[in-house]
Amino acid sequence: MNIALFLEMAAEAAPERIGLVCDGRRWSYGELLAGARGAARSIVEAGCSHVALLDESSEAAIFALFGAALAGVPYCPLNYRLADADLGALLGRIAPALVIGDVARASRLCPGNLNRSRGDFVSTALSAQPLDEAADGEGIAIQLFTSGTTAAPKAAILRHANLVSYILGTVEFACADESDAALVSVPPYHIAGISALLSSIYAQRRIVMLPAFSPEAWLALAEAEAVSNAFVVPTMLSRILDALERDGTPRLPALRAVAYGGGKMPFEVIDKALTRLPQVGFTNAYGLTETSSTIALLGPDDHRVAHGSADPQVRARLASVGRPLPTVELEIRDEDGRVLPAGMPGEIFVRGDQVSGEYREKSALTADGWFPTRDAGYLDAEGYLFLSGRADDVIVRGGENMSPGEIEDVLLTHPAIADACAVGVPSVEWGEAVGVALVLREGHARPDEAELCRLVRERLRSSRVPEVIRFEPALPYNEMGKLLRREVRKLFAA
Amino acid sequence: MKPGTKLKSQVCDTEVMVIRCGTGRIECGGAAMAEDKPAEPGTPAEGLAGGALMGKRYVDAAGAFELLCVKPGKGSLAVDGVILSIKDAKPLPASD
Repeated sequence: MNIALFLEMAAEAAPERIGLVCDGRRWSYGELLAGARGAARSIVEAGCSHVALLDESSEAAIFALFGAALAGVPYCPLNYRLADADLGALLGRIAPALVIGDVARASRLCPGNLNRSRGDFVSTALSAQPLDEAADGEGIAIQLFTSGTTAAPKAAILRHANLVSYILGTVEFACADESDAALVSVPPYHIAGISALLSSIYAQRRIVMLPAFSPEAWLALAEAEAVSNAFVVPTMLSRILDALERDGTPRLPALRAVAYGGGKMPFEVIDKALTRLPQVGFTNAYGLTETSSTIALLGPDDHRVAHGSADPQVRARLASVGRPLPTVELEIRDEDGRVLPAGMPGEIFVRGDQVSGEYREKSALTADGWFPTRDAGYLDAEGYLFLSGRADDVIVRGGENMSPGEIEDVLLTHPAIADACAVGVPSVEWGEAVGVALVLREGHARPDEAELCRLVRERLRSSRVPEVIRFEPALPYNEMGKLLRREVRKLFAA
Repeated sequence: MKPGTKLKSQVCDTEVMVIRCGTGRIECGGAAMAEDKPAEPGTPAEGLAGGALMGKRYVDAAGAFELLCVKPGKGSLAVDGVILSIKDAKPLPASD
């Protein structure tokens, strides 16, 4: 199997149909396939071990993704926002690579790679003799360095078979109307940025690329291209809603479906989105790099039912990531590997053809193919999955495990608290105790500590009561909206 | 035969990619499919010209075989003479 199949099928079925709009230029599926085949030739001739992209989204991302697949070389888009030292280390780990994009920076940080500008790569691809015989696709399609919120980045690998299985299991070929368009604003080095390209091409949904996100640019492009679908991370949605609020007029008449993921969605943001955009169906997608993107989703109907309900149990479902895909198995297990019943928190394990669970160094799969996600969560009685943070973030106080998420959720119900993060802080008595960093909502007075502690004690139990409370102007997030808990831990250590 | 193999009809334009495969002969329009196109294409046998649709997945009742149609054609897909049916997948909302 080879993921290049998806672009070949799209070009076979509708060569003239527009598949990509980027920087004002429109590319048909036929042109995209020709570019990928030319890119494959230049990749083979470069004799490289990886094809890296050090650049924002453009047609080069599609040429490189499918060109590398046809050439049988792993595609490895890199996070251009990394600091020099971190990026240099990653460039060293993939040498000898063909690096596309920021030539000056790539050559300064790491010798031994072949660096090519976006313009050179694209024009070479378009003029090269096409390579149309796909390499045997049993190998690695994509190598992505994890964001490393807890440790040094790991090189996760996704095989062609994983990605083909994910797309065939979740997308119906050519299911999009010719007027449909998907706005892709996540960066190319994120799994969501890659799965967006694969899904949209297989669905034959025109991709509208927004290389650099700002809420104003997103709204303008969505309207200019009559965008029907979009994927956003929570911070993007929050900023888009703020921009809509400032603007005041009804907008986005063509928008029908917004999927989100990549980090925890604040309840009030999705609640506001459902009110502000009644014509839009929202889908919460939960997945990891190691699982080829989505493994569970909360669909549009679930969102509307929860939003319209007065029952707190049903409303709480807005904070769920939904049910597992029919093509994956999902279990919650305790530390000894026992499968837990509904309502009991533990570590999320998944199994399925789309799940790679593999790193360059080793596979993390168990002997019978289960992937321990290191995400903590629980299933409710109806099979809805709730996340409660990373398993590594679990606070162990005197032998009792507690998830930071449940403490944060309670604190966030206080009207004066805008954001909250609970971490384990060293304690002589307990080994670890609960520390919370809070952000005060604008216009509110700081509540006293006793009041906050009482709130936690009443809703949870006394072991969850924070030992240390700090107020911060803001909490640290990465650019994908992921809370950087290790940075919060440092605040308490200081 | 391993998953990922592409097979071509000997009687029409149909091409499939093997996703899952048990023991048996994969046919299109009554003739065994092969990795190469024939020099002289035949015609689908009587009653076996129901067609294969682009992008549809075809499965047998036992779930041993699954074929993805990557080029449409006139012949019916079958295994050992038993016509395959289109896999009925519940549509999922777009998640990316």
